[in-house]
Amino acid sequence: MKFLAARRRQPVVALAMLLFALVAVGGVYAAVGSVRPAEAAGAASSETQVEMGKQLYLQGCSSCHSLQAQGSTSGPTLIGVGAAAVDFQVGTGRMPLAAPGVQAAAGPPQYNAEETAALAAYVSSLAPGPAIPNAEQVDFGSADIAEGGVLFRVNCQQCHQAAGQGGALTQGKYAPSLMNATPTQMYEAMITGPQSMPVFSDSTLPGENKKAVIAYVDYLQTAADPGGLSLGRLGPVTEGLFLWTAVFGALIAVAVWIGIKAR
Amino acid sequence: MSTTNPTASSPIEAAGEGVATYVDQRLGSNKFLARNLGKVFPDHWSFMLGEIALYSFIVILLSGVYLTLFFKPSMVEVIYDGSYVPLKGIEMSEAYSSTLDISFDVRGGLLIRQMHHWAALIFVAAIAVHMFRVFFTGAFRKPREFNWIIGVGLATLALAAGFSGYSLPDDLLSGNGLQIARGIVQSIPIIGTWGAFLLFGGEFPGTDFISRLYGIHILLVPGLILALVTVHLMLVWTQKHTQFPGPGRTNSNVVGYPLMPVYMAKAGGFFFIVFGICTLIAGLVTLNPIWVFGPYTPDQVSAGSQPDWYIGWLDGALRIMPNIESHLFGYTISWNILTPAVIMPGVVFTALAFYPFLEAWVTGDKREHHLLDRPRNNPTRTGIGVMAITFYGLLWIGGGNDIIATSFNLTINSITWFLRLTIFVLPPIAFVVTRRICLALQRRDRDKLLHGYETGRVLRLPHGEFIEVHEPINYKEMAVITSKTDIAPLPAPVKIDADGVANPYYRIKSIRAKLSHFFYAENIAKPTAAEIEAAQHHVAHDAALEAPLHAYEDADELHNRHGGVLHHPGMADSNADQLAQRAEH
Amino acid sequence: MTEISTGPQAGGGEHAPAKLGYSPVADIPHRPRVADTDPKAARRAERQVSSMFLFSMLFVVLFFVAYIAIDKSANVYIPVFGVVGAMNITLGFTMGAAIFLIGAGAIQWAKKLMPDVEVVQERHDLSSPAEATGEAAANYERGKEESGFARFKIIRRTLIGAMVLFPIPLIVMLRDLWVSPPGNPSPSELLSTTLWKDGTRVVTDATYLPIRPEDIPVGGLVSAAPADLEEVQAAEGNLNARGKAAIILVRMDPADIVSQQGDGWDYQGIVAYSKICTHVGCPIALYEQRTHHLLCPCHQSTFDLSDSGNVVFGPAARRMPQLPIGVDVEGFIVAKAAFAEPVGPSFWERG
Repeated sequence: MKFLAARRRQPVVALAMLLFALVAVGGVYAAVGSVRPAEAAGAASSETQVEMGKQLYLQGCSSCHSLQAQGSTSGPTLIGVGAAAVDFQVGTGRMPLAAPGVQAAAGPPQYNAEETAALAAYVSSLAPGPAIPNAEQVDFGSADIAEGGVLFRVNCQQCHQAAGQGGALTQGKYAPSLMNATPTQMYEAMITGPQSMPVFSDSTLPGENKKAVIAYVDYLQTAADPGGLSLGRLGPVTEGLFLWTAVFGALIAVAVWIGIKAR
Repeated sequence: MSTTNPTASSPIEAAGEGVATYVDQRLGSNKFLARNLGKVFPDHWSFMLGEIALYSFIVILLSGVYLTLFFKPSMVEVIYDGSYVPLKGIEMSEAYSSTLDISFDVRGGLLIRQMHHWAALIFVAAIAVHMFRVFFTGAFRKPREFNWIIGVGLATLALAAGFSGYSLPDDLLSGNGLQIARGIVQSIPIIGTWGAFLLFGGEFPGTDFISRLYGIHILLVPGLILALVTVHLMLVWTQKHTQFPGPGRTNSNVVGYPLMPVYMAKAGGFFFIVFGICTLIAGLVTLNPIWVFGPYTPDQVSAGSQPDWYIGWLDGALRIMPNIESHLFGYTISWNILTPAVIMPGVVFTALAFYPFLEAWVTGDKREHHLLDRPRNNPTRTGIGVMAITFYGLLWIGGGNDIIATSFNLTINSITWFLRLTIFVLPPIAFVVTRRICLALQRRDRDKLLHGYETGRVLRLPHGEFIEVHEPINYKEMAVITSKTDIAPLPAPVKIDADGVANPYYRIKSIRAKLSHFFYAENIAKPTAAEIEAAQHHVAHDAALEAPLHAYEDADELHNRHGGVLHHPGMADSNADQLAQRAEH
Repeated sequence: MTEISTGPQAGGGEHAPAKLGYSPVADIPHRPRVADTDPKAARRAERQVSSMFLFSMLFVVLFFVAYIAIDKSANVYIPVFGVVGAMNITLGFTMGAAIFLIGAGAIQWAKKLMPDVEVVQERHDLSSPAEATGEAAANYERGKEESGFARFKIIRRTLIGAMVLFPIPLIVMLRDLWVSPPGNPSPSELLSTTLWKDGTRVVTDATYLPIRPEDIPVGGLVSAAPADLEEVQAAEGNLNARGKAAIILVRMDPADIVSQQGDGWDYQGIVAYSKICTHVGCPIALYEQRTHHLLCPCHQSTFDLSDSGNVVFGPAARRMPQLPIGVDVEGFIVAKAAFAEPVGPSFWERG
């Protein structure tokens, strides 16, 4: 105690107190503000699910999307968007919108799987729309990766980049990286066209083709880099940055070593 | 029979002597060896930047020859059937397919391919950094103007070699670059449309271009580079390398180490280091993964498409240029393409090539210069260099604006507008700031020369005055600072002389005088020898005042004039310790 | 005033305080290196250099082992690097280390063991001595006199004429870098025509299937091509036709269409535009369905497809050409006419 008291007026103490306070407040917030645990009661029938979804909707979504989901200036109509859209937007954490901006960003989901399913059921009950793909629709095991690559390069790489790392759109919007997308999310994004993404319905891009695309993106997610460290697979920009920092740094370090007098 | 060296120590040396004699009888080579085995080369790390370029070029040549044994420069469509599964069964050009074979089926092929490409990136970067060193130290002055022009030529050829090289695999990324190149050629008035058709053998992409590019890339451009590099090196050899000012270094000598053994070992060793680093990064870091981009087709492009770094500035210029196009009498002039891609680089390279002559004209300096300038002693030249680098850097940022936007959560639109404004505003600011910094450094040098450097030790003199002790600068610094040459601005010409005859060259001479004034009027004059002598007396005086105190720090026992003890071993160092000591007694 | 004796003068070598005046290199006392004075240090330096060379040889052996033993398709996980190709990283590391160590050894040898006393060499005049210049001038004058170049005016002029003219055939023969197709169309004519004409069916890119309007949802994007592209491409053996004829179909709410390049060029909200950017020719398929903007990734030219494809941002100077579309008797989307303006980048004769 005397040790601490004797040093209580040192300037570093103020800094330490500040850090402690920040960590404490932040830690408490993180612990308390985390996702609510899953509810024990299971949804018995689809009617209960729709009812549950409606309740959740009124609580968390109606402020922007209006009470009958017809939309408002803050959020588009959800009538006809289908269960797939809800599953995608809520499942990737884009909805509920965390903060206003040019684009909804992916993040930790705010609703668990059961709640998401309930919301999806409610929205799809309003009007027919794209359904959540079933397991068979996203089973890409037998799809041809090469064909998937061709379709990916025709339809996807202009926004999401050749290696699926994402790309810039206008006015601060962006096509996100695909490195963490699940097959279901990919399928849902293609058929619902979230935000700026165009719609690739099953009539223009049939299911078999979608499987091939998913197979190729899955390959990109797990592919090795044959040549060594990948530098983000972003192309000449990161390669040039690496050249001018690491490589040239090493070369000049060696040149200086050669020139200085030995000990 | 060994007659020249009776103490030849080994059979190998004796054999070597025999060879030397054999060659000498046919080429007279011993004269060359006599003059040059002991040739002195100055030793500074910044002189090795050109060597980085040379050695990486050798790596490029070696790895390039290897690649030519496997690469097929043909645009004929084939079906890929190699090891890379995601492209199996896909139709692609033979060029692309052979590059995939090199990368996946030839053992070590990917290593050599990446070595070639990394060495190429290093080559162009080393040329740029070497060029900056030569520019900022004024090594392009007489007698080295030819070498400067050859250097600018080499820089242009290096860009051509790089662009043609990375376009050879016919992948989607580089193919888009070729498409852009064709759009640029097409935009040239009058001859552009025909030029594009002649270049590509018809419409784009055609089936000729890769094989044409191949001959240019493996024969024409490397041949020109080799020829120019040879002349470049011969000039450095015969004119002898410049050196930084320092003790013993004058404008008419070279101080350093002899070719054999020291320079040979260092330069030869550096070659292996550069080669080794090229190989190491070729093994450790992926470069140009063409298998991800896919084969070229003129109706696809990936997000985030950029050329290699050394073309990035041109891409950036194309991005930030506003969309200005004129239509006159049924013809189109695309200023939005011509200005950034044709006019601007043309002006830049021409200005670069002619700079030594401009500076010589402005100074009227016809002397030979073998001692390098410190950048601070020529503030306008240094400012121009920094201004050019700022301009280049802003364009470079423009070339990567979409990746910068996604990485830092900005918008491509705001980055483009930002660059459109700063490209005009920032370079002049950089020029002014650099010049001011250089002039401030010159004043600092003058101060150092006259007053020595501040030691941070404050001395109280017996009569109560506080002074800060200065120490005179050492030999090395003295030699470096006094090497500065004062250049007086050229006098303004006389419009009409005393006899009433008008000066026919008045206009050009007055422009010259004004430029000379702009370049050199603000330079801080070097102090005269008398001024330095006087000032250094003062410094020595102060140092003498302080000298006795150094003994104070070393001495064990100190007494004052009256014999009183000021300090003895074992004496307490602080008040607290003294009080403690007294308490013990 | 205290009298205190002064201590020894510290410092030496090139960092000693200087007196004004020229100081030759020889004046500055040479500071020897550790290996110069201490034989143990010299032997240690020798060991350092030779062990670098030894390790270099070892790495070459490891290279051979790796070349033979590693399967060329094998991958390996390395921290920081991730999953990488095993052969490339091993070959690169061993060969690179082998070569690098030769260089490092040579430089360490030079720095530690070779003499590092600086040597001075005088420069000599670069310009030739006066007598050489005089001799050159005299020889030149003699040669000029003997050739008669100055005297024989007609010879001189006709020679110059011949020398100027003879390279011209070499340049002229470059004309057939492009062999003109039959009919000798000019480049601008070829650039202005595509495969599209009235009745050409629209098919999806890559799969070559015809499209019905009801297939495309609102907000949908389809990369498309003319139906005869496949056979034309096979017949011509190149991608030229594809490069001009590639289009995109997008569907928007008809109420969102602000303007078009011609009346009724859309079909129930489906519009067809060229895919080739009018700036320098990159193909564009980056369509933002909410803003109806088409963004070229090369230089960020942005076109508004709901407003006649006009340029809204970026360096492109001309709008994206639109293709008028309709539906044929079987209900598939077809072009109603060729493009009304040349697609792709501008050129001199474009008008």
